[in-house]
Amino acid sequence: MDTIFALATAQGKAGVAVVRISGPRAFAVAEEFCDLPPAREARVRSLNAPGSGFLDRALVLVFPEGESFTGEPVVEFHLHGSRAVIQAVLRALGQVAGARMAEPGEFTRRALENGRLDLTQVEALADLIDAETEAQRVQAVRVLEGRLSGVVDGWRADLIRAAALLEAVIDFADEEVPEDVSPEVEELLEGVGGSMRRELSGFESAERIRDGFEVAIVGAPNVGKSTLLNMLAGREAAITSDVAGTTRDVIEVRMDLDGLPVTLLDTAGLRDTDDLVEGLGIERARKRAVAADLRIVLLAPGQTHDLPLWDGDIRLRAKVDRDDGQRNGISGKTGFGVERLLEKLTETLSKRVANSGLIIRERQRAALEEAVVGLDRAGRLVEFGPDRYDLAAEELRNAIRRLESLIGRIDVETLLDEIFASFCLGK
Amino acid sequence: MKHRFDVVVVGGGHAGTEAAHAAARVGARTALITLRADAIGVMSCNPAIGGLGKGHLVREIDAMDGVMGRVADRAGIQFRLLNRRKGPAVQGPRAQSDRKIYRTEMQRETLQQPNLTVVEGEAVDFLMKNDTVSGVVLADGSEVSAGAVVLTTGTFLRGVIHIGDQSRPGGRMGDAPSVKMAERIDDFGLGLGRLKTGTPPRLDGRTINWEVLEDQPGDEDPVMFSFLHKTPFVRQVACAITHTNAQTHDIIRENLDRSAMYGGHIEGVGPRYCPSIEDKIVRFAGKNSHQVFLEPEGLDDTTVYPNGISTSLPVEVQQDYVRSITGLERVDITQPGYAIEYDYVDPRALDARLAVKTVPGLFLAGQINGTTGYEEAAAQGLVAGLNAAHVALDRESVMFSRSDSYIGVMVDDLITRGVSEPYRMFTSRAEFRLSLRADNADQRLTPKGIDLGIVGDKRRQVFENKMNRLTAGRDRVTEVSFTPQQIQKVGVAVNKDGSRRSGYALLAFPDFGFRELEMLNPDLGDMDVEIKQQLEREALYANYIERQSRDVQALRKDENLAIPPMFSYASIDGLSNELRAKLEKIQPGNLGQAARIDGMTPAALTLLLAKIRQSQRKKQA
Repeated sequence: MDTIFALATAQGKAGVAVVRISGPRAFAVAEEFCDLPPAREARVRSLNAPGSGFLDRALVLVFPEGESFTGEPVVEFHLHGSRAVIQAVLRALGQVAGARMAEPGEFTRRALENGRLDLTQVEALADLIDAETEAQRVQAVRVLEGRLSGVVDGWRADLIRAAALLEAVIDFADEEVPEDVSPEVEELLEGVGGSMRRELSGFESAERIRDGFEVAIVGAPNVGKSTLLNMLAGREAAITSDVAGTTRDVIEVRMDLDGLPVTLLDTAGLRDTDDLVEGLGIERARKRAVAADLRIVLLAPGQTHDLPLWDGDIRLRAKVDRDDGQRNGISGKTGFGVERLLEKLTETLSKRVANSGLIIRERQRAALEEAVVGLDRAGRLVEFGPDRYDLAAEELRNAIRRLESLIGRIDVETLLDEIFASFCLGK
Repeated sequence: MKHRFDVVVVGGGHAGTEAAHAAARVGARTALITLRADAIGVMSCNPAIGGLGKGHLVREIDAMDGVMGRVADRAGIQFRLLNRRKGPAVQGPRAQSDRKIYRTEMQRETLQQPNLTVVEGEAVDFLMKNDTVSGVVLADGSEVSAGAVVLTTGTFLRGVIHIGDQSRPGGRMGDAPSVKMAERIDDFGLGLGRLKTGTPPRLDGRTINWEVLEDQPGDEDPVMFSFLHKTPFVRQVACAITHTNAQTHDIIRENLDRSAMYGGHIEGVGPRYCPSIEDKIVRFAGKNSHQVFLEPEGLDDTTVYPNGISTSLPVEVQQDYVRSITGLERVDITQPGYAIEYDYVDPRALDARLAVKTVPGLFLAGQINGTTGYEEAAAQGLVAGLNAAHVALDRESVMFSRSDSYIGVMVDDLITRGVSEPYRMFTSRAEFRLSLRADNADQRLTPKGIDLGIVGDKRRQVFENKMNRLTAGRDRVTEVSFTPQQIQKVGVAVNKDGSRRSGYALLAFPDFGFRELEMLNPDLGDMDVEIKQQLEREALYANYIERQSRDVQALRKDENLAIPPMFSYASIDGLSNELRAKLEKIQPGNLGQAARIDGMTPAALTLLLAKIRQSQRKKQA
């Protein structure tokens, strides 16, 4: 049985964050950070990460086997609720041998298996587990896919191709498939591995750790996006004029919404254009808008748009200077509706903070790190040629499984689809 | 007339014979009902056994003392170990068979098998005791009663044969389809689907110009299927290879609308890995030549099976395109190729014993479950036959797991995911491929067979002897250890970390084999070759298998959590309607199977587990 850990309290800004470690090696893992207090007695301890020094002054609690939430030996670190601290502790835990981050629902399952929970309690927890699973999926898609626009899709396609090539050579050895696919597979694995490494270094650097949200204002030219931005930001950041297509690039304004750091993006008006420069601006605007955390879509009467929208995105009727008896009107010029928009933004983004991507990002980082190691191993084995495709395929399969929450499931049917599409097989 | 047996097996194909033998080995009085006793062991498609994944299945059947491997060895006229140069986990034994010897040997095995009676006749109906199947009725009105019935009717369920625009009912060439049985299956309300498969025209080998063709000889050191055999039994021959060409493709393209497939006469779904020549030419228009393997059907049989050009074109077009191929310019067709369409039962109606969940006493095996291939059929026959006997004799179910066998992988795939095209085994279907090897099928399954009492004395002795030698060999290799300096002297690069490495650990290095080990310690040279090879194979994967062991444990734990039959999913709050519907349709037999259902979430699994726990507690209380 693995020893697992995770943040046990709701994520986001809170005074205290509890990290729970559970499993046969829980005590040994925790002892890498501090001396453990006697069972069931709270003590303040300095947590030091093995190798990297002081993390936090924390309250530490030890629950022996049979007397914990899961029924297993459990240690809890009650940390100061700062994202940086939580992240550092989770990362340090992930580097201790024999411990890994818990899957959604894993604590609950262990508790259940050890007879610590009954059906009603599980039913109450099920929503939470589902929310966590769903949040991961959504985050994986939005934080990464949106942000990296297509990079993740590329990884998926390349990994399917690489695995399918190896499996085709293995499973259709007596048919008309190439005998040696090493060059193409190596290239694919190096490409994906390199791209993942670049993402990982991005994870580390400060500017990529998003402590704020991006909110994009989108709509047709001259619908009043820049005016609204100026109103929201309280200064003339974007050039506004009556000539459609004034904003040719993406303008960013940082603001603070009720304590939440928010970056407002004023984007080029979306329309068909022959102007090359404006066209580039529009393309850029679309990409940024899709990648943003939230979109405010401004529509004049009769206008439509073709941007994909997600839950929480806001649609407003533009240039409604005063109350006209209908809902969702706004005007950057008179300020009508701005107050309500700010309330709505604050509400939506605060909710998101509660489910923010911290844990998810940490899990994805761990998955990416493991996958990169696996892809490297697979690549080295592939260099030896078909003799070691059995081992290379195993390493690759393992790496793909680690990435499942990120790139989606790739099973044997996915590979067979690729194989039958690529090769004419069949005696 | 009334007869009484423990188990009745309907059908004498590969699934039927293996099922009947398995039931009889368990000790159940078994009847094998077939239209013609002299058709037992007929290979209706290509004259070959084994291949990748398939060869694994044959080894597993053999490990439990089944018949397919032994018979295939006796009939083998050309043996090839596929992927010989790749790792042992992906090597698959394959052999061309002499059709006649295969049939004769299978019939001989069947007549010799104690507890097994062959009954000639057509099963037209089931005997029912309330809702339970308690035997079959034959066409002549006689009744054969039994504790369990295994149905292995292959393509006979509403089979239709197509050649060009001609079609007629038929199971395979020359046999009548079982319409009555199909109607009976309808009454059970099982989900039915339609599949198709095809065969190429058969050629008269005396009219082939062999001189101009490239030979494909068998292996120099042939590898047998059965763990009991070392060498082939009959003379070995070569196959030949030729290719289609632009002219062949033109002829086919011009006549596409006359093909049953492309003329819109066929609605069934065919296998993507076994396309007709029409399919190949349409789907891969850029490829101007395809391989054709000319496989002799027997030592004293002039018929040749041209593997790679199955078709449903009219006879005269078949003749034209075949004669456009090098070496076949003057060839005579002895039997035209045809496509066959047939009904199959959605295997999600079955449990892991291959028993129909809603019809007690009835088991299904083989093509009727949507699979293709002799080996897939026989492996299912083994599972169904064993379990039918255990039902009849009131014993516990016999289960196979994805973690112990390809048999377990196949059964789980079928009953959990169903089929969308004829199901064929591939090694890539087995997630524990590195441990489920053809070379260790005996180590994985023979102990289980011994426990079940279905392994004969001879095999038991051979197995135990091998295990003793293997254990002793493993101990010797593990006990010796060497310094990095010593190891480097035999040309293998290791870290100079000063630590000694055991012989077994060294064998895990891909470039370190027994040859190197003997250079370091010549004493080890006295071990026999079989054991040396086996130690090399298992040591090579030891680190990977170690890594997988946690997954295997987790899987087995979930598999041990049985979900009671007719479990009520309606009473679980928090399951989505979609998931609830899937669970109700598939009725997974255990938590492991439930976990593999498409769209299953961690929360739903936890809920399911809690609910199972609750119902277990109620039962105990």
